[in-house]
Amino acid sequence: MSYYLGLLQLIGVHTLLGLSAYVLMLTGQLSLGQAGFFAIGAYSAGILTVIFELPILPALLAGALIAAFFAFLVGFPALRVKGLMLVVATIAFSEFVRLFFFNLSWRVPRGDIHVGPDSTNGFREIRYFVANGWSAWEITTFVWIFVILVMAALWWMDRSRAGAVLRAVGEDELAAQSAGINLTAVKVTAMTAGGFIAGIGGALYAHTATYVDHLTFTVLLATFAISYPILGGLSSVFGTLVAVIFIQGVLVEGLRFLGDWRNIVFGLLIIAAMNLKPSGLFDARTTLLLRRSVGLGGRE
Amino acid sequence: MLELRGLSKHFGGVKALDGLDLSVREGEIFGLIGPNGSGKSTAINLICGVYAESAGTVRFSGQVMNGKAPHERLRAGIARTFQNIRLFPNLTVWQNLWVAQNSPRDVAAQGFLSRWFGATRRTRRELAELLELADLGHKGDELASNLAFGEQRRLEFARAAAARPRLLLLDEPAAGMSRQEIEDLGGRIRGLRDSGVTILLVEHVMELVMGVTEQIAVLNFGKKIAFGTPGEVQRNEAVQEAYLGTSASDSGAAGEGA
Ligand SMILES: Nc1ncnc2c1ncn2[C@@H]1O[C@H](COP(=O)(O)OP(=O)(O)OP(=O)(O)O)[C@@H](O)[C@H]1O
Ligand SMILES: [Mg+2]
Repeated sequence: MSYYLGLLQLIGVHTLLGLSAYVLMLTGQLSLGQAGFFAIGAYSAGILTVIFELPILPALLAGALIAAFFAFLVGFPALRVKGLMLVVATIAFSEFVRLFFFNLSWRVPRGDIHVGPDSTNGFREIRYFVANGWSAWEITTFVWIFVILVMAALWWMDRSRAGAVLRAVGEDELAAQSAGINLTAVKVTAMTAGGFIAGIGGALYAHTATYVDHLTFTVLLATFAISYPILGGLSSVFGTLVAVIFIQGVLVEGLRFLGDWRNIVFGLLIIAAMNLKPSGLFDARTTLLLRRSVGLGGRE
Repeated sequence: MLELRGLSKHFGGVKALDGLDLSVREGEIFGLIGPNGSGKSTAINLICGVYAESAGTVRFSGQVMNGKAPHERLRAGIARTFQNIRLFPNLTVWQNLWVAQNSPRDVAAQGFLSRWFGATRRTRRELAELLELADLGHKGDELASNLAFGEQRRLEFARAAAARPRLLLLDEPAAGMSRQEIEDLGGRIRGLRDSGVTILLVEHVMELVMGVTEQIAVLNFGKKIAFGTPGEVQRNEAVQEAYLGTSASDSGAAGEGA
């Protein structure tokens, strides 16, 4: 049972990670910086519950806000680069963050041991849930409350004018500018929102895993982040959820026996999916069709 | 209302626009014509801020526009359409208009929340009116990419109008249209002008230009070679030469011009 609950928690956390990339991809930005924001959320929230002994909720919120702040800062230089250059620049950011935490040592005495990030040895004892006697069920529910909140907020945003504006920027920046949309504001806001969501994901991850180190936040994690919305499509947040369940639940777990070959199969699958259905599993047309067929109409 | 002084744009060695002086008066329909590659689209891109000028000034309602981004110029009142239609293809027709409601009046009238996350009754009504005007009333939920060519042109025109411009720059709005559609377009252009919008029309279809404009400037190789009423321009020898000197048949322009 606890194996499945653990998987459910992981799927929840990765859905948040995927959604953080989804928001950015709506504006046409492909970022591998999500691993960096996720790491910032994880370490910040962990430090707050472990070293400052804050309760989980304020720690999680603060972790998300700190990640959002860094995303905001990254958002401005990111405006000047597009496409592959943005991918490279954001990898550099994620790596910078990873190396920062690789070197971060901040140990404080707690009873007869020391706790806190211990550079290469990682950050252990992020034991808020265990220390407060949460059951695996309660932890899983806690994670999914945030997943559902974020999904609902994004789903609602998607059908509002804000969502249409993000998509307009993603479809044609020049036309969007000429229609009066402030590209800088829209892209930086999307980057900030993406950082916030990744930060929540990271904070939850650190506390469910109780242990993080710099190797948790490699380029592989950043690649996962973007492959969810790529595979799931940008028509709705549910595509990302379905993609996470498929990749984490079916591929990663189901193909565990393949060992390292798994990554190759994973790569091939992404390539195949992108070639067969470049707009993801559900494209705009399909969603509109589905929405109409259940009588919801197509408008906002 | 629009004053261009010595406006120039160089692309490497190409002088796409070379010292253009132009004044467009408030409330008029002003034609800007010229053979292919004469710099008309470049002029539009400079006026609305897509390109940075190499030299010269753009003044709109007395305000210098140099250095302002396209969205700032739109908010100042300059909207445009594109020579090759540029809609948001995977947004619905309705959304294409919705995202373009960026006039200061709309921003001021709506609170932050209703502007970004809601749609007030007034917004809905105004967008519905725009759709009706564009003859797209029944197509609001259609994806823009599913529209026929003529409908896409009408939607782009409506999107520009949704921003409540005071000056509208039209870059070959009649290209690829049937005679009937062109007549229809002429009506829309006049209608918009009658509601107080000044119009700068770039067009190769001479029957439209000659029919709706009050003044015309003619460009050739980035320079203004003639200026006057449609009648004057048609009789101008330099203009006739410019059009005959280039391939008159593919622009389809010299027919009435020469
Ligand atoms: N982005 C650019 N880079 C390089 N050269 C350009 C660019 N845009 C325009 N030009 C050149 O500038 C000149 C003027 O082009 P422009 O598009 O303004 O002409 P036009 O009058 O709109 O022509 P048409 O009637 O064919 O639309 C052409 O020689 C063109 O090749
Ligand atoms: Mg042109």
